[in-house]
Amino acid sequence: MGFDKFGRKSFTAITKTAKFVDLLGEGKIEGTVCTKCGAKYFPPRSDCSACLSKEMEWFAMPTKGTLETFTTAYYAPFGFEADPPYTMGVVDFNDGLKLFARLSKAIPIADIAVGMNVSIQPLKYDDGQISFEIIKA
Amino acid sequence: MAKDVAVIGVGQSNFVRGYEGSIRELAFEAFREAMQDAGITQKDVGASIFCSAPEYDKQRSPAGVLAEYLGLIPQPTFYIETVCSSSSSGVKVGYSMIKAGLHDVVVVLGFQKMSEITSSESQERMGRGADIQWEAPFGTMMPAYYALYAQAYMAKNGLTHEDMMNVRLKSATYGQVNERAVYRKGIKAADFDPNNKDAKMAGPVAWPIRVGDACANADGSSCIILANAEKAKAFAKKPVWIMGIGGASEAVNMAARPDFAKGLSVGYGAAAEAYKMAGITANDVKVAEVHDCFTIAELMAYEGLGFAKMGEGKELIRAKETYKEGKIPVNVDGGLLSKGHPIGATGGSQMRTIVLQLRDEAGPMQVPGNPDIGLVHNVGGVGLYGSVTIFGR
Ligand SMILES: [Zn+2]
Repeated sequence: MGFDKFGRKSFTAITKTAKFVDLLGEGKIEGTVCTKCGAKYFPPRSDCSACLSKEMEWFAMPTKGTLETFTTAYYAPFGFEADPPYTMGVVDFNDGLKLFARLSKAIPIADIAVGMNVSIQPLKYDDGQISFEIIKA
Repeated sequence: MAKDVAVIGVGQSNFVRGYEGSIRELAFEAFREAMQDAGITQKDVGASIFCSAPEYDKQRSPAGVLAEYLGLIPQPTFYIETVCSSSSSGVKVGYSMIKAGLHDVVVVLGFQKMSEITSSESQERMGRGADIQWEAPFGTMMPAYYALYAQAYMAKNGLTHEDMMNVRLKSATYGQVNERAVYRKGIKAADFDPNNKDAKMAGPVAWPIRVGDACANADGSSCIILANAEKAKAFAKKPVWIMGIGGASEAVNMAARPDFAKGLSVGYGAAAEAYKMAGITANDVKVAEVHDCFTIAELMAYEGLGFAKMGEGKELIRAKETYKEGKIPVNVDGGLLSKGHPIGATGGSQMRTIVLQLRDEAGPMQVPGNPDIGLVHNVGGVGLYGSVTIFGR
């Protein structure tokens, strides 16, 4: 699959990390790790800025984290007008890795709080777009 | 204090919604005022630098077009961009060119005509000033990014909505007396009250950021004319010297950001570098302009600049210490919140305010006590680029 399938609406068609979308299709949320120096990246990168290596492998992201912060958008940018309200947040996996995504609509907005335990899962939209979201742990 | 590079002329257009003219005509407004302020002609200018954020108007490579319109050809000209801090970056480059001896006088002109596109298109453009590959697909926009910081501050630092509102009430106090500001109306606490159906500032944009927490989009231009010591002494009655310049950058993706409750790292980094170069500390600053694109951004700036300890920025606004009569007056021209934020013009406009303050020419916004050192803090994107510039008499 091409990277244009990623997210509610993608702004990038071609990237060496497009396999990320195929992995999402298989139910996996993965980052990349440098085989030379061990640096881990999420979102994934195809090149290591720590040691300049291009030798990267995929690894499964942790699933248990806490919600570091979040916001609920009541107004959307051009192209996303049908979506509000939607909540986006940052998950801290407490091992050096963090992740930014929308929170599942299944979580009532009033229940969302800084520090809550969360997990992540892949997500398919009706129009065939594919993404990942933050869910309650 | 090193007296190598001075500001010899400042200019700014009115900041307005829907400027009735093209970007050339908009640029001319600030340029004309700055040239008249400096008392020079185009023959005295060695080079020009133009600054804006792309994709608001249709002109590609605007430097050549604008240089011609302003009568600045055949001198060299080029374009500099760091989104909202573009004109601060332009001044840094202009300073370097003069310091290197390449030119005696350099014009730095910032401009932005935001009204050619709709507000939701503008949100999309600004959102794409962040990570378009990994974040824009979620529907990000500037208020949402800053709301992530505000939420963390509320949860961990005891920041309240009332604190954020008080920043906006201060800005509106000075926007009312700044005839160049886009938002001239007064604002009162009732305007933020969700139980008041007429409360125009209370509506949520990206919670916890409300309408009243966000700056005003505007069309505008700014112009800063820099000169070396020899020309500054020849041309300027009251030269204002650049004492220190600092800059920093940060990871674009929120997943690579440090603790959100600690604010924007670029504020700390740029300030440390600028203070070191100027040989001063935060206590020496008598008046400051900070990047208040959202109310939370001003509170974070207090901390990054060392006016307050980390997490304690709210105490300054609670005690009204950043009003004109306070310990460290901040954004007493209305700031981005009320004066307006025409992206590429913002840094130059902040610098114009500080130069006028140090020349004791700020009119109803003048800080008492004849301030001798002023500071400009200008941020590009969501703390992607940081710039701090320190000025002295
Ligand atoms: Zn490596």
